[in-house]
Amino acid sequence: MSAMIELDHLTKRFGALVAVDDISMSVARGEVLGFLGPNGAGKSTTMKIVAGFLEPTSGSATICGLNVVAEPVAVKKRIGYLPEGAPTYGDMTPNSYLGFIAEIRGFDGIEKRRRVDAAVEKLGLERVLRQPIETLSKGYKRRVGFAQAILHDPEVLIMDEPTDGLDPNQKRQVRTLIREMAADKAIVISTHILEEVDAVCNRVVMIAGGRLLADGTPESLRTRARDHNALLIRVAPDRIEAARGLIATLEGVPSVETVTRRDGTLLLRVPPGEHAHAATIVAALNGANIEIEELVNEVGLLDDVFYDITAHASHRENPYA
Amino acid sequence: MRNVWIIIKREIGSYFATPLAYVFIVIFLALSGALAFFIGRFMSREQADLIPFFDYHPWLYLLLIPAIAMRLWAEERKTGTIENLMTLPISTVEAVIGKFVAAWGFAGLALALTFPIWISVNILGDPDNGVILASYIGSLFMAGAFLAIGSCISALTKNQVIAFIISATVCFLFTMAGLELVLNFFRLWAPDLLVDTIASLSFLTHFNAVTKGVIELRDIIYFAAMIAVWLLANVIAVDLRKAA
Repeated sequence: MSAMIELDHLTKRFGALVAVDDISMSVARGEVLGFLGPNGAGKSTTMKIVAGFLEPTSGSATICGLNVVAEPVAVKKRIGYLPEGAPTYGDMTPNSYLGFIAEIRGFDGIEKRRRVDAAVEKLGLERVLRQPIETLSKGYKRRVGFAQAILHDPEVLIMDEPTDGLDPNQKRQVRTLIREMAADKAIVISTHILEEVDAVCNRVVMIAGGRLLADGTPESLRTRARDHNALLIRVAPDRIEAARGLIATLEGVPSVETVTRRDGTLLLRVPPGEHAHAATIVAALNGANIEIEELVNEVGLLDDVFYDITAHASHRENPYA
Repeated sequence: MRNVWIIIKREIGSYFATPLAYVFIVIFLALSGALAFFIGRFMSREQADLIPFFDYHPWLYLLLIPAIAMRLWAEERKTGTIENLMTLPISTVEAVIGKFVAAWGFAGLALALTFPIWISVNILGDPDNGVILASYIGSLFMAGAFLAIGSCISALTKNQVIAFIISATVCFLFTMAGLELVLNFFRLWAPDLLVDTIASLSFLTHFNAVTKGVIELRDIIYFAAMIAVWLLANVIAVDLRKAA
């Protein structure tokens, strides 16, 4: 796999503020990279540099082997970019706006019509084609911006919060669209919505305070959650103390506690240890003739990982913390 | 060139998508007519020429041209569409020229629509149409110079009102530089060379030379150079944002 996007020690300063701090990474064809981070983490700045809207202070960004500063026009031809908030010319109609984008992207005549029609169909814009964009709903405006970004079928797609402001059905539609396009492109999307990462991304990068803090698949990051692999055990209510006493004595089990589920049921909870201990616990309970009514292996939440990784880093940047 | 043309088309389209174009053209025609007839005494002076008409163009442009130019870049920066525009595969030079030429063409259209006064003067008398043509060309070039100043200043702010005020002020200084009032102030203490330089930078000096009927190459070169220099500064202003 060849790297389509290559960031090499990318740094961007605005006066004294370091917005992007020495970020190096690469994105290959077929990857859908979820760019996560708190507000002000440097996500948008990084994306603006890749899209050629800002120049880095130091370091470099390379798209398909072309440096974004040295060959801006050649790079921009290969990129589809949806800026934050999807700004579009409000006084134009989606039809004239997409026609303008198609012409700038080098399509004429029949090919221009075909490209615009294809993008309109993909985003379901038929109904609003001849209304000024400024009169459209937020969801439609966002989809016009999206259509603009994919019109030329770019090899690299950069989208800053593509589903922000969409309703759940529209979000689903956009995510389906992203997944469909993923195979032959390198796609970077930034988002605050962690479920989105699960829905479309096969790689996650977390940044905070301009620094790259984590990089991996959603699954591998999830294992870093505090609760990943914790065990929840439900036994008959009269056997709960016996079970608890038994588990506490087992070798390798760090601790056991009683927790109450929302419906009032009491459960035993064993936090994750260094080794998997589910088998040991099940065997011991069976040996003592305590029937296990329910056994749940908790899956770590990306929310928790996100908090653990980024909260510390952002606090350092926050003068009020 | 292709990209410049596409941008010109989009810009012109957006002038006419809003009332802006119609309001501007109506006001321009009404004011230029009113100034020529009432203040310039076009009729009562009984001379078959358009001097009372063209004499007021610098002052008319001072008010109206910054109003067209202020939105060129400031509006794009305000609404964020500049991020869309500047990440399309076009160069900054193409974007600057495209926007400028569209605005200039629009100003040229407004100017061309003053043709009834030219017809009138031909019906009423026997004017020197060569002088009138030269004056129209000079007026168009002067409008271009005002526009280039306004476009450059518009790229420096995202606030259109600020863009308007600063552009109008800069244009005012360039216009006023040719008045005796200003030159006399400098003559008191400055060397002749400086006074001549200031006078030579004046819109009025060059425009008045043209409206007298002598299109001299140096007057056209002056306006063309003004346009080129301010557009170059415009390109730099837009590019500076990237590195900021």
